[in-house]
Amino acid sequence: MKAFLILEDGTVFTGTSVGSTKDVVSEIVFNTSMAGYMEVLTDPSYAGQAVAMTYPLIGNYGVTPDMESKKAWAAGYIVKELARMPSNFRCEGDLEDFLKEQDIPGIAGVDTRALMKKLRERGAMSGMITVNEDYDMGEILPKLQEYKVKDKVSEATCREVYTIEGNGPEVAILDFGMKNSVLRSIVQRGCKATVYPAHTSADEIIKSRPDGILLSNGPGDPQDCMSIIEQIRKLVTTNIPIFAIGLGHQLMALSHGAKTYKLKSGHRGGNYPVRDTDSGRVYISSQNHGYAVDYGTMDKEAVREAFVNVNDGTNEGLSYKGKNIFTVQFEPDGYVGDHSSGYLTDRFIDMMKGAE
Amino acid sequence: MPKNTEIRKVLVIGSGPIIIGQAAEFDYAGTQACRALKEEGVEVVLLNSNPATIMTDKDIADRVYIEPLTVEVVEQLILKEKPDSVLPTLGGQAGLNLAMELEESGFLNKHHVRLIGTTSETIKKAEDRLEFKAAMERINEPCAASLVVESVEDGVEFAESIGYPVVLRPAYTLGGSGGGIADNRAQLVEILENGLRLSRVGQVLVERCIAGWKEIEYEVMRDTKGNCITVCNMENVDPVGVHTGDSIVVAPTQTLGSAECQMLRNSALSIISELNITGSCNVQFALHPETFEYCVIEVNPRVSRSSALASKATGYPIAKVAAKIALGYSLDEIQNAVTKKTYASFEPAIDYCVVKLPRLPFDKFISAKRTLTTQMKATGEVMSICDNFEGALMKAIRSLEQHVDCLLSYDFSHLPKEELLEQLNIVDDRRIWRIAEAVRRGISYKTVYDITKIDIWFIDKIARLVEMEQALRGCAPRVASGRGGIDEELLKEAKRMEFPDNVIARLTGLEERDVHDLRHKWGIRAAYKVVDTCAAEFAAETPYYYSVYGGENEVEKTQGRKKVLVLGSGPIRIGQGIEFDFCSVHCTWAFAKEGYETIIINNNPETVSTDFDIADKLYFEPLTPEDVESIVDLEKPDGAVVQFGGQTAIKLTEALMKMGVPILGTKAEDVDAAEDRELFDAILAECKIPRPTGGTVFTAEEAKIVANRLGYPVLVRPSYVLGGQGMQIAINDHDIDEFIGIINRITQDHPILVDKYLQGKEIEVDAVCDGEDILIPGIMEHIERAGIHSGDSISVYPAQSISEKTKETIEEYTKRLAKSLHVVGLINIQFIVCGEDVYVIEVNPRSSRTVPYISKVTGIPIVPLATKVIIGNKIKELGYTPGLQPEADYFAVKMPVFSFEKIRDADIRLGPEMKSTGECLGIARTFEEALYKAFLGAGIKLPKHKQMIMTVRDEDKKEAVEIGKRFERIGYRIFATSGTADVLRDAGVKAITVNKIEQETPNLMDLILGHKIDVIIDTPPQGAEHSQDGFFIRRNAIETGVNVLTAIDTAEALVTSLENTDIQKLTLVDIGKI
Repeated sequence: MKAFLILEDGTVFTGTSVGSTKDVVSEIVFNTSMAGYMEVLTDPSYAGQAVAMTYPLIGNYGVTPDMESKKAWAAGYIVKELARMPSNFRCEGDLEDFLKEQDIPGIAGVDTRALMKKLRERGAMSGMITVNEDYDMGEILPKLQEYKVKDKVSEATCREVYTIEGNGPEVAILDFGMKNSVLRSIVQRGCKATVYPAHTSADEIIKSRPDGILLSNGPGDPQDCMSIIEQIRKLVTTNIPIFAIGLGHQLMALSHGAKTYKLKSGHRGGNYPVRDTDSGRVYISSQNHGYAVDYGTMDKEAVREAFVNVNDGTNEGLSYKGKNIFTVQFEPDGYVGDHSSGYLTDRFIDMMKGAE
Repeated sequence: MPKNTEIRKVLVIGSGPIIIGQAAEFDYAGTQACRALKEEGVEVVLLNSNPATIMTDKDIADRVYIEPLTVEVVEQLILKEKPDSVLPTLGGQAGLNLAMELEESGFLNKHHVRLIGTTSETIKKAEDRLEFKAAMERINEPCAASLVVESVEDGVEFAESIGYPVVLRPAYTLGGSGGGIADNRAQLVEILENGLRLSRVGQVLVERCIAGWKEIEYEVMRDTKGNCITVCNMENVDPVGVHTGDSIVVAPTQTLGSAECQMLRNSALSIISELNITGSCNVQFALHPETFEYCVIEVNPRVSRSSALASKATGYPIAKVAAKIALGYSLDEIQNAVTKKTYASFEPAIDYCVVKLPRLPFDKFISAKRTLTTQMKATGEVMSICDNFEGALMKAIRSLEQHVDCLLSYDFSHLPKEELLEQLNIVDDRRIWRIAEAVRRGISYKTVYDITKIDIWFIDKIARLVEMEQALRGCAPRVASGRGGIDEELLKEAKRMEFPDNVIARLTGLEERDVHDLRHKWGIRAAYKVVDTCAAEFAAETPYYYSVYGGENEVEKTQGRKKVLVLGSGPIRIGQGIEFDFCSVHCTWAFAKEGYETIIINNNPETVSTDFDIADKLYFEPLTPEDVESIVDLEKPDGAVVQFGGQTAIKLTEALMKMGVPILGTKAEDVDAAEDRELFDAILAECKIPRPTGGTVFTAEEAKIVANRLGYPVLVRPSYVLGGQGMQIAINDHDIDEFIGIINRITQDHPILVDKYLQGKEIEVDAVCDGEDILIPGIMEHIERAGIHSGDSISVYPAQSISEKTKETIEEYTKRLAKSLHVVGLINIQFIVCGEDVYVIEVNPRSSRTVPYISKVTGIPIVPLATKVIIGNKIKELGYTPGLQPEADYFAVKMPVFSFEKIRDADIRLGPEMKSTGECLGIARTFEEALYKAFLGAGIKLPKHKQMIMTVRDEDKKEAVEIGKRFERIGYRIFATSGTADVLRDAGVKAITVNKIEQETPNLMDLILGHKIDVIIDTPPQGAEHSQDGFFIRRNAIETGVNVLTAIDTAEALVTSLENTDIQKLTLVDIGKI
């Protein structure tokens, strides 16, 4: 069956429908990872976004248990070619069936490089995937221009508090759409992790007397999360060590009066170099964000830039002076990408132990 | 970390002659690195014995020494040039080994020279099997159960404790030289003995066999701060068991999940950190196909063939970055030259699929075993890029130039199914064709996988190509009945998979032209995408293109400057090597200097010409008429140059003319005139130039008539080939039948030539001609008499033994020929001189193998001159007096280098068909020293044991006596077979008779295997040799590392060189000052 990808600027890519045949309007973003499509599809930070993979051969190793959450979060999936015969010892099925099962509309046969160039040149765009050959541009384009990813945190967060036991420090995790790998990085280090829904009040968390708090990654525009930011302001006053990742990093910055802005086309892939401004060392990081913290808008007395992106100089991490708080934009223990920045999670553990 | 300003003058060590396992990739890496060093204001002293390289050009380094790569030479060079640093990681294993020896002996320390780019500890840890294993154990990286042994007994004991099969890997050898898999004790002993001898340190690793696991490679970079990145990972389609240089390789990995990728990536990064490598490193893994178990196979702590491939596959200039790291920069300080927006610390993201195929030499060595093992056999490789695997594979296949263009090119359809299944066990260069046939027969993927262990993902891709063949065949009845042809969707899909028009035509029954026209009618055209290191995330500045069907075209229309298309020379093969890349690159630079926009098309990832910043635009594409036409349609070049790209480019001449592209320089019809026997005879007659008499034939019967008219011996050869492929000397009718049979195994478009064989001196010239005047930089003389291919002969400049009058005749003939062939640009002519008579034997109106050599030793930049002439300049305007140039004050000897030990069962006897893979140069004030250096550069470092064997044919016996006397005088003990021994003794040489191999021991074979023989002089009789003895002796000698000379003239040259020179007193010549 034919499928169409219609962009906000009127461009139409024709391809073959893979997965669900429902129409979907979403933001169109890319990911440059050459492997790791399972992790991408199931990363809650992609809520409200259709992901285009720049690597043209997708699904080669089929569906594997490398899920970042219980389900696929991407709103749609755009590829050049979907494998007909996946092959891997852990393969549990093919990706096309997975998309169908997860009700994710996909389109294959798209010149994803041409799409990527468009996104690079014009910046992030909305788009629609449809199988309706009689689509009406006049009707669709205004919808696309209006579309904005909204309040996806509420969708992506857990419904109830849950705990994973451990013998180490107790970490309270605020789940804004957390990836499994974030939770795993904590649990693997022996911590007891209690995961709270995004809108949990600061008081409730403080009352549980955790050794540390982790603000997770998550989808969408951080400025949509004003109520959460309010709670974070309260958490900050407690002197409980706080580590934040991705959206958590942005929310922490906002709570300190920073401004955030939308990147032209975002950072999404497993190959971003970030420099630790203390050691001068560079780490390859896995990233998935469309917004960034404008370090220039922050009070230099209170905060120090701990990481910068080597390519474009954007902020990748902050250290809050005189406080047990540090935050990073990237994923220190991401499955797609480098594990060598796992020392940051270790630093958080040390911070908690030090604070005891 | 900023640049280390204490590094001001660096000695860069190159890799020496091209041999199997160490090819053009090191010229590419070395050239890129030297340019990077110069960019940083560092003075570069270059040492490499290979004159055909671009790195040995005075434009690339400040001081250039084309001298043998020996410790003595490097020491003298360091004393002479006083560099403050040595960079050894760019010259392959040869460079690394030299650096190690210098460091270990304390020489570097004593003379305050630092090693940069690596440390001796790092080299040792990575290269010494024991230290490597210990290092891996320290960081918990698994290696296959293994033991380093120094004796056969220990090897057997260990192998029997872990069980057969076992893999054997000698330490410090090239291309897996001397390695192999042993299934039993007998095989183990055989391979191990050989391996122990080949290893510089007498060590061989005996290892658990992990054949059948996936073979995965990671290319990683690390700086002195400890930052590290992965440039690229690659997956071998052929599982462990086939040397990666002989494997089909795909980048990035296709069948690994992210978990496996991460696991191996982390492993590669911990290894590069543990070994403390600064620069580039290649890590090879074996990965169990059904679990997460893996083993580290090997680490190369330097640039390598794989790093060249990774550079071209990603656009990331590994050698350049490695050179900058050696100067002290960190990865985040080095700008990515492709994007100019990112830094070298950004890991490349690929948005296409890359396939590499090896170019194997079995078309040259027809007696050789085609089996692929852990011992590399490929002389070169091709790479292709596409947005799908099928397309990349199809493009790579046709890039090979081995009469293959699809998965039907080797026909196994005649095999019964059982036989086909049996043959799936054969691991050779035709394996994917057998798999395709298996798929055609409906043999299940599982069965194919169980036998071959090739991942099902790849088998399915082959199946897709087979399905397309069948779909196209399905159109044939309609075409045949005139009821139509192929429909648009099918044609689109076939082109997406890169089926060439001619294959589509063959399968459907359409004419190729019809397919072409249909494509154009339906707008099915190649589009070009950019290789940009970042999957289009950033706008790239570098126009490095590959084609796809069914996508947006990204090539920017360029206008203003005149555009010239330079056709490259494709994969490195015997007969067409790195020399032609030298010519293509210099031609490109010369055109650029003249204000042209330059476009290169080539498909060889090992070369300088396919570096992203050589031409204004690089198209990484097959060199077939169709692929070239798609580029021509888009670029509309003002002209094309074909005379620098070897036979590959010449073959495209006619097609280019049909496309309406003017051929710059010598016209196509004149190129034809030189190849077409009748036209050429007419020209020779008109010029009053004699040639050996002969005729053209198509069949053996015709050939025998001509041969008998001329009288034997005769020279038999196909026309339009390079490197004398299929050329033989026949001494009787029987030989003719055999040789013509071999030639006609591949359909010949052109006639076969049969000429009277004259055994005179062979002389060669390269000349530039502007249509009126010629410029001959120098006359080269071959040491071996005619009958041995010029590429396999030792060549001497200036010519030694011909008279002034003969030189004048040669100059005059060259002038006449160049003028009547209307040569504009380069011409290469080979002559035979008998007394004062000069005969022409071959004329090539194009650049030749000797161009880089003669340019360097005369100091005359022939390629730029030829390019200027092609543009319209006259020799007189370029500051040169036409004619033969004055002779230089130096003697220069070009020595062929062979890779016979790598090719099991290849006959090493020299003849009219070229067999050498590379060359080295000896240059000095005296002929003897030049000759000595040339032998030394070729690895013939004598004397050792001062014992030799002589067994010569009757014609050579008289000369053998003189040679025997001379060897005896310098202290050699001579063993000889009875006939030769008798003659020697009659002349007073104390020769010891030794039994032939079929006779009782001790015989010749025992002597050879006793490892006490320096050299064997074995001159086989002319004509097809039907006794297996000679072949057997020569093979055994080569495989045990004994030098074998098969021409009496080479033997004479060797003794001359040994008589005269003492290695400590070599003089070093800076080529840049000639």
